[in-house]
Amino acid sequence: MSNMIEIRWHGRGGQGAKTASLLLADAAFNTGKYIQGFPEYGPERMGAPITAYNRISDEPITIHSNIYYPDYVVVVDDTLLESVDVTAGLKEEGAILINTTKPAEVLRKELKGYKGDIYTLDARKISLETLGKYFPNTPMLAGIVKISKIMTDEELIEDMKGSFKHKFAKKPEVIEGNMKALEMALKEVKKI
Amino acid sequence: MSIRERLSGNEAAATAMKQINPDVVAAFPITPSTEIPQYFSTFVANGAVDTEFVAVESEHSAMSACIGAEAAGSRAMTATSANGLSLMWEMIYIASSLRLPIVLSLVNRAVSGPLNIHNDHSDAMGVRDSGWIMLFSENNQEAYDNTLMAHRIAENEKVMLPLMVCQDGFITSHSIENIELVEDEKVKEFVGSYHPKHYLLNQDEPIAVGPLDVQSYLFEHKAQQAEAMKNAKQVILDVAKDFEKMTGRKYGLFEEYKMEDAEVAIVCMNSTAGTTKAVVNKLREQGKKVGLLKLRVFRPFPVDEIAEALSHLKVVAILDKADSLNAAGGALFEDVTSAMYVNNKHVPAVNYVYGIGGRDTREDEIEKVYNDLFEIVKTGEVKNPYRYLGLRKEAED
Repeated sequence: MSNMIEIRWHGRGGQGAKTASLLLADAAFNTGKYIQGFPEYGPERMGAPITAYNRISDEPITIHSNIYYPDYVVVVDDTLLESVDVTAGLKEEGAILINTTKPAEVLRKELKGYKGDIYTLDARKISLETLGKYFPNTPMLAGIVKISKIMTDEELIEDMKGSFKHKFAKKPEVIEGNMKALEMALKEVKKI
Repeated sequence: MSIRERLSGNEAAATAMKQINPDVVAAFPITPSTEIPQYFSTFVANGAVDTEFVAVESEHSAMSACIGAEAAGSRAMTATSANGLSLMWEMIYIASSLRLPIVLSLVNRAVSGPLNIHNDHSDAMGVRDSGWIMLFSENNQEAYDNTLMAHRIAENEKVMLPLMVCQDGFITSHSIENIELVEDEKVKEFVGSYHPKHYLLNQDEPIAVGPLDVQSYLFEHKAQQAEAMKNAKQVILDVAKDFEKMTGRKYGLFEEYKMEDAEVAIVCMNSTAGTTKAVVNKLREQGKKVGLLKLRVFRPFPVDEIAEALSHLKVVAILDKADSLNAAGGALFEDVTSAMYVNNKHVPAVNYVYGIGGRDTREDEIEKVYNDLFEIVKTGEVKNPYRYLGLRKEAED
């Protein structure tokens, strides 16, 4: 399945990496794709490193294993760079997206010479500005969509409007902020 | 027209239960099947079903409540995993011997200990001789489809046996994937209503259920159970034919994937079959004649059909996701090799115990199995038929 895109998410328990992977699966599903979204369940607790995965394809997906050679990696928490080998198996023609404000030279060093594209996004700033709280998963979702070109910005925005309406049915006051976070992230994600 | 959706395996099982709308669901939560009764209880609370939901205090009680409900003449369902099934064990045998067509969603998980909440098939293998029909599911779609077919099989007059639908814990139960759902009305019509011949609440025919069965009868009753299990095979195929008419999705006792001209093949069940398909495709592109036999119906065991389907191979590998700890092979290996021996089909066979306690099974490991098989073809020697796949080297030495 040469058209299949594989994405690995690294986050800490409570940051919403799993939710982001499920939202991405949802959004890609709504554009007509075959999708998988699944977390790797370990002894989860708040703050512990967690991994989640996405497969997105134009054809049915039969593989049921974790992802070892991802096209893209998303790092939701840059403190993981010290303890987790986030670029393990990451394809060089792929890319990594990191939620960070660290300068380029520091990141290159921490990524141990990864030769593919490195993108960053200050999801903390965006989240605090738009939601007043730290929920990095919405900006990171927008970032990975932008980089991987799984769908257009417009398709994502249109789809997330629907998803947020459903997801936040009991707290509609956060929908606007999340939409703003999405739009800001689409603009601010940058390659170093 | 079917409905294009995306659901986890647990959501798929719960959705099937909603569409079946059974009279009684009695369940106790256990990872990774917890979501099934959880989702179902919301269907009850929202009025989407008119099921009597019994929130029992243990799995032993869950199965007991299902037995009581079925004996009374109603349709009962439940869901569990691993140690939940262990706690049901006494009642599992009683359900099948009382010929009560209860349907259980078993989300496969390692039986403790040490404690592990992840996937293998040790729970299912522990009840393989209990007289339940056992269907295995590669993905959410098959977990859904098998559940929709379950009552038609279990409640057939020639069968009247309980049935469990298995799927891999977390790997499919917690993975969101595409699925084609059948419309509610069509499911209702397909499943039909349940009218047992004999039941406790029939005032015109007072009966006793489950009294003492002494030396002069138990043997005959067990033979009748065994006969019912034999009958189930044809019923499973008949129901699959009707299901295909409704959905276009074809099911048999097993799925043969690129087996026709295969020289070597893997036999396995549940989600690993999907990963194996991807490896088969890759190796086929390299011109290697590899195949897969994915077993769907583990009980009744399709002895003759499997022996025939594997008879043309040069070597076969049987993958067991549970170790029988018997100083010999896993349960599936024993069943497959016994089937071949009895049918006088002599194909060299190797057993791989794999994926224990949620150990991930990768494409390159499946590829290694096929390479091992070609090595056996080349040398003509099996050497060790009892092998591990994915075990860290230090434990093997």
